[in-house]
Amino acid sequence: MLPFEHELEALIKKIRDLEEFSIKHNIDLTNEINLLKAKEKDIRKKLYSEIAPYERIQLARAINRPNTMDYINNIFTNFIELHGDRLFRDDLSIVGGIAKINEQPVTVIGHRKGRDTKDNIKYNFGMPHPEGYRKALRLMKQAEKFKRPIVTFIDTPGAFPGIGAEERGQGEAIAKNLMEMSVLKVPVIAILIGEGGSGGALALAVSDRFIMLENAVYSVISAEGCASILFKDASRAREAAEALKITAQDMAKFGIADEIVGEPPGGAHRDPKLVIDRVKNSICRFLAELKELSVDELLNQRFERYRRINASNLTL
Amino acid sequence: MFNPFKRTQYVELNITDQIQDRPLEKCPRCKEILLKKELIQNLKVCPKCNYHFRLGAWERIQMLVDENSFQELNGDLFSTNILDFPSYQEKLNEAQIKTGLNEAVITGKGLIMGKMAMICVMDSNFMMASMGTVVGEKICQAAEIALAERLPLIAFTASGGARMQEGIFSLMQMAKTSALIKKIDEAGLLYITVLTDPTTGGVTASFASLGDIIIAEPGALIGFAGPRVIEQTIGQKLPDGFQRSEFLLEKGFVDLIVPRNKLKETIAELLAMH
Repeated sequence: MLPFEHELEALIKKIRDLEEFSIKHNIDLTNEINLLKAKEKDIRKKLYSEIAPYERIQLARAINRPNTMDYINNIFTNFIELHGDRLFRDDLSIVGGIAKINEQPVTVIGHRKGRDTKDNIKYNFGMPHPEGYRKALRLMKQAEKFKRPIVTFIDTPGAFPGIGAEERGQGEAIAKNLMEMSVLKVPVIAILIGEGGSGGALALAVSDRFIMLENAVYSVISAEGCASILFKDASRAREAAEALKITAQDMAKFGIADEIVGEPPGGAHRDPKLVIDRVKNSICRFLAELKELSVDELLNQRFERYRRINASNLTL
Repeated sequence: MFNPFKRTQYVELNITDQIQDRPLEKCPRCKEILLKKELIQNLKVCPKCNYHFRLGAWERIQMLVDENSFQELNGDLFSTNILDFPSYQEKLNEAQIKTGLNEAVITGKGLIMGKMAMICVMDSNFMMASMGTVVGEKICQAAEIALAERLPLIAFTASGGARMQEGIFSLMQMAKTSALIKKIDEAGLLYITVLTDPTTGGVTASFASLGDIIIAEPGALIGFAGPRVIEQTIGQKLPDGFQRSEFLLEKGFVDLIVPRNKLKETIAELLAMH
C-alpha cells in the first residue's frame, strides 16, 4: 500500500475484522458490513479515478511494480543477456541483450531496478553511469548491424550524479546516445514503464514509437528537485509535480507519447500479467507498423518527431 | 524571399557607463580589487590569477567576430509560458529587462578573421542560460543554415541545464539539438564547441559534448550533475578542481584549453584547416 492509499487500507481492514467478528460470535452484521463495503467502493472510485501527479510518482516508484526484468521475461523468449561497454565495466543498472518476440529476434535494453535494498544497491537504484549508456549504445549498434528492431524499457530516477560518473563523462555518454539513436537504421520502440527521470531516461528513449504506462511519469527534473530549486522548499513537491506536467495523459496531449497502456485500479502491480500482456500487444502492433517503412522513411519520421516538438508553440 | 537574418548594429556595450557605475571590480577567485577599465581591456580576465570572468553573449561576439560582420538570426524569437508554470512569465520578463536579450542564446553568422561561420553564443545572465524550446530552436535553425550554406558551426556554451519551467519540452531540446548535430556530422561540416563557465546539465548532455573539436576556457565548471547535487548524493566534499576544464582535459573530455586572448586566433586557425 502506498501512502495515499492509507484510508482505503484502513477501511478494508475494518471490514475484514467485522466479518471475522460476525462469524466468531455468530452475530449478524450484514447491514453494517454492506454499508462499509459501499463506502469502500466509493473511496476506491474516488481514489483511482482522479490520481494527482504526485500520487502517480508514488505509483511509478512502487517497489513491487513490474520492472524491466518482468517485462523481458514475460514478453520475450530466448533472452540472452550481453554485458559490458568494452571500455570500462559492466553497468548493472542497465540490462541488455537479444531475445525473440513472435519468433523475431530483437535487441532489448532497459533500466534495471531491484525488489529489495540489496538488489537496488547492486543495480544502483536504476541510475546508470556512463558505461551503462555506452553498453546500451554498443548493443544498439549491434542491433543495427544485424537489422534487429530495438525495444527499450525506461525506468530510472535519472543518470547517477557521482564522482566516477563525471570523471568518465556522463554528459558525453548521454549526448552520444541521443545523437546516434537519431540515425539508427532499425525501428526503435521505447516503453516508459515507471520513472522517466530526465536525460538519464531520454538516453534510452529516442525512438520511433513511445509507449507510456498510465501511471508512469516523464520529467526533466524530479518533483522534489524542482520544488527545492524553484520554490526553495522540497516539501512542495506536490505543487511542482502539478506544474511540471509529467503524466502519461500530458505526454499524449503534447504528442510525445503515442499510446498509453492502461493499468488496473491501484497500479500495474495489482495485475502485472494484464499490464505485461497489454504492453506486448502494443510492441507487436508497432513493430508490424514500422516494418512497413523503408529506412529513409523511418529516419525522416524519427527526425521530424524531435525536430518539430513544440515548434507550433513558438512565437515567430 | 524571406531573409531570416538581420544585420545587427553593434549594441553599444557602453563601456564608459559600466565603468562609471562601478569603477572597481573584485576578482571572485583571488579577491584582488581590479580597475574595471583594465579588466575590460584584458578581455575580462583577472591579470593577477587568470580568472576568466563570465561574459555576456554580445561581449563574446564582439571579441570573436570581425567588426561589423555579424548578422543575427532569429533575434526576435522569445519564449512563452507554454505550461503556464508559476512565475515563469515574470522570470522571463525580468531576464529580458536585466539583459536586454530576448532569450539565453544569440545565433547568427559572422566572419572570424575573414572566415564565415555560424555562431551560437549562450548568455548565463539570462536565467542561467537554461535551455528551453526557444534556445533549442535557435540552435537548430542555426545548424540548418550551416547545413544549407555549408558553413562551419561554432557553439559557445554556458548553461545551468534544462529550463525546468518548460517541463518535458526542455528535455526534448536535448534530443532535437543532438539530431541536428548528427546532420552536421553527416554533411562533413566542422562543428566546434567552446565550453565556458558554467556548462552543465542538459546542455552538457547534448550539443556541448558533441563537437568535432571541443575547446574549454580555463577554469570553467563543466559537468553533467552540478557539484552541490553530487555532494548531497554521495555525502562527501568534492576535491579541488573537480569538474573544471583542466580536470576534463586530464580525463580526456576536451581537446584543448585556450585562454581568452588566444581564442579568436585559435578558432580562425582551426577554420582555416577545414
